[in-house]
Amino acid sequence: MAKSLFQKVWDAHTVRTLANGQTQLLVGTHLIHEVTSPQAFGMLRDLSLKVAMPHRTFATVDHIVPTDQFAEPFADPLADAMIKELRKNCAEFGITFFDRATGKQGIVHIVGPEQGITQPGTTIACGDSHTSTHGAFGAIAFGIGTTQIRDVLATQTMALGRLKVRRININGRLRPGVYAKDVILHIIRVLGVNGGTGFAYEYGGEVFDRFSMEERMTVCNMSIEGGARAGYVNPDETTYAYLKGRPYAPKGAAWDEAVARWKGFASDPDCAYDDVVTIDASEIAPTVTWGINPGQGISINECIPDPAKVVGDEKSSVEEALAYMKLAPGAPIKGTRIDVAFVGSCTNGRLSDFQEVARYLKGKHVAPGVKAIAVPGSQGVGVLCAELGIDRIFRDAGFEWREAGCSMCLAMNPDKLIGDQLCASSSNRNFKGRQGSPTGRTLLMSPLMVAAAAVTGAVADAREVFGVGAN
Amino acid sequence: MALAKITSVTGRGVTVPGNDIDTDRIIPARFMKCVTFDGLGEFLFYDVRKNADGSDKTHPLNEARFKGATVLLSGLNFGCGSSREHAPQAIQKYGFKAIIAEGFAEIFFGNCTTLGMPCLVAKREDIARISEAVNADPSLEITLDLVSREIRFGSQVIKATVRESDRDGLINGRWDAIGELLDGKAAIQEIATKLPYLAA
Repeated sequence: MAKSLFQKVWDAHTVRTLANGQTQLLVGTHLIHEVTSPQAFGMLRDLSLKVAMPHRTFATVDHIVPTDQFAEPFADPLADAMIKELRKNCAEFGITFFDRATGKQGIVHIVGPEQGITQPGTTIACGDSHTSTHGAFGAIAFGIGTTQIRDVLATQTMALGRLKVRRININGRLRPGVYAKDVILHIIRVLGVNGGTGFAYEYGGEVFDRFSMEERMTVCNMSIEGGARAGYVNPDETTYAYLKGRPYAPKGAAWDEAVARWKGFASDPDCAYDDVVTIDASEIAPTVTWGINPGQGISINECIPDPAKVVGDEKSSVEEALAYMKLAPGAPIKGTRIDVAFVGSCTNGRLSDFQEVARYLKGKHVAPGVKAIAVPGSQGVGVLCAELGIDRIFRDAGFEWREAGCSMCLAMNPDKLIGDQLCASSSNRNFKGRQGSPTGRTLLMSPLMVAAAAVTGAVADAREVFGVGAN
Repeated sequence: MALAKITSVTGRGVTVPGNDIDTDRIIPARFMKCVTFDGLGEFLFYDVRKNADGSDKTHPLNEARFKGATVLLSGLNFGCGSSREHAPQAIQKYGFKAIIAEGFAEIFFGNCTTLGMPCLVAKREDIARISEAVNADPSLEITLDLVSREIRFGSQVIKATVRESDRDGLINGRWDAIGELLDGKAAIQEIATKLPYLAA
């Protein structure tokens, strides 16, 4: 019978059915970081358990690391305690830790692919909801809670109910100046922030066939913002070309065997899906959020909703969002003054994100009064940007160029909004208080749109600011 | 590791209204700078409950009449966002024993079950009826019956739903899977040997 990739990977990793009907699923790759793992190690010790497969467990430090300070101890004693705790746990249980001294540290969802740990046909879990990122490689990747981290540490398995699969086709061709970030913001706007509950999203169609791995990762990353616990793209030649030669990718004869095996995991052409959604790529415009969840987005040329004109359930949500965002109902989003610009995060902190911005930023300058920061997603991304002179272009334009980490996406480190500052951000969440100030405000958009806002001091159409697609 | 069989929860209620209440709102990220879950309860809904100087804002959890409530009521897509278990931990450590909402985000929902904190889904109009009754009489006891899938309060009974695997886990005392997962050791090894990427 024809099967989807999700079914094939699920079946290959099914250990058995548990008494409550859930599946005991083998987790081939377990990624951990400093925020959600320490309590799990504590639970493990309480139960006198060991890590079942330390060689399949990989750690990095990302959420709490300062991006402008390299020396330890960190100025924040709590952050310092967290990195030391992770270091201790990894040493005690024999887990590979991509610590800062290795040069391989970074955001967990950037490090896994970069090292070639993320591979097709595998299962991946991590105590972070953006684990869905790894689905870009044709893996089934889940964000999990800390008690489940304990389960995976102790048994390399977890209890999970099987998801349904929704195929999302994006056909046609994206217009110039429209990016992967716009694609996922558009999908969430159309299907809703809880539209994916109970589903894994399988992304496909001509747009995904043409997308690079980094673009696929940007889309899969935000699956959870649409309620889908996992999102994936079937593996293809683009996937294999990305992985070949990476440190943890198979070598020699094992490489050919692996590729043959990986190909077998792709969804069968005639497989059945629980739902299918098709979107025409030409409908997608540069998208900006105006509210307090990632589904509250509009195209750059639309106006902020007016609650007076909204009927039904949405009305109170729009009112609540606008009261928090302090944005004028019915006004164009374009021209909204910003205070801060942030390029980075597990959504848009990869080489191609900085490369695309640098292409247009050269010779431009950040507007007076705007604080602009660029944070590479990993030390590896930082090194590549330096080799290509990208960091210099950002610096010359007035951006602060930082060290790798999650930074201002969730502001667990010193990079925070102040008061009700408005931030043009390439990150993934615009929740109330998300960027570190209880009244701080976030507008989600693509990295190039962030750059356009940075140089003009207001939300702007990057296509106009930079002449994208003009020739 | 014998776990309690959670067949029902009875307690007073409080409503935190709104849809899409996310995990950052439940527990702002800056309070996750910790290596244990101890003491998280006091930071529950912190930024919507407290001013910058630590004084109280207007919020249902700050109302004296709802002190001691153990059943939290809310709207659609409750717990959306992060996988942080700090969110259900903060709710539980604050003193809540169960949540009733129009819907739950998936990772949050699973995390709650694993902590033995039932999450029941009810219709909007039914939650509004409970809220109305609780607001009229905060001492009113609400019973969430997982066996009959009913919520009872005063003389009223409403229907609730809960994912079957989670309901089974709660009422049969197997909501924390670790014991059963450990029992699968032989089967785990057998599957692992069939997956080349797991080779040491």
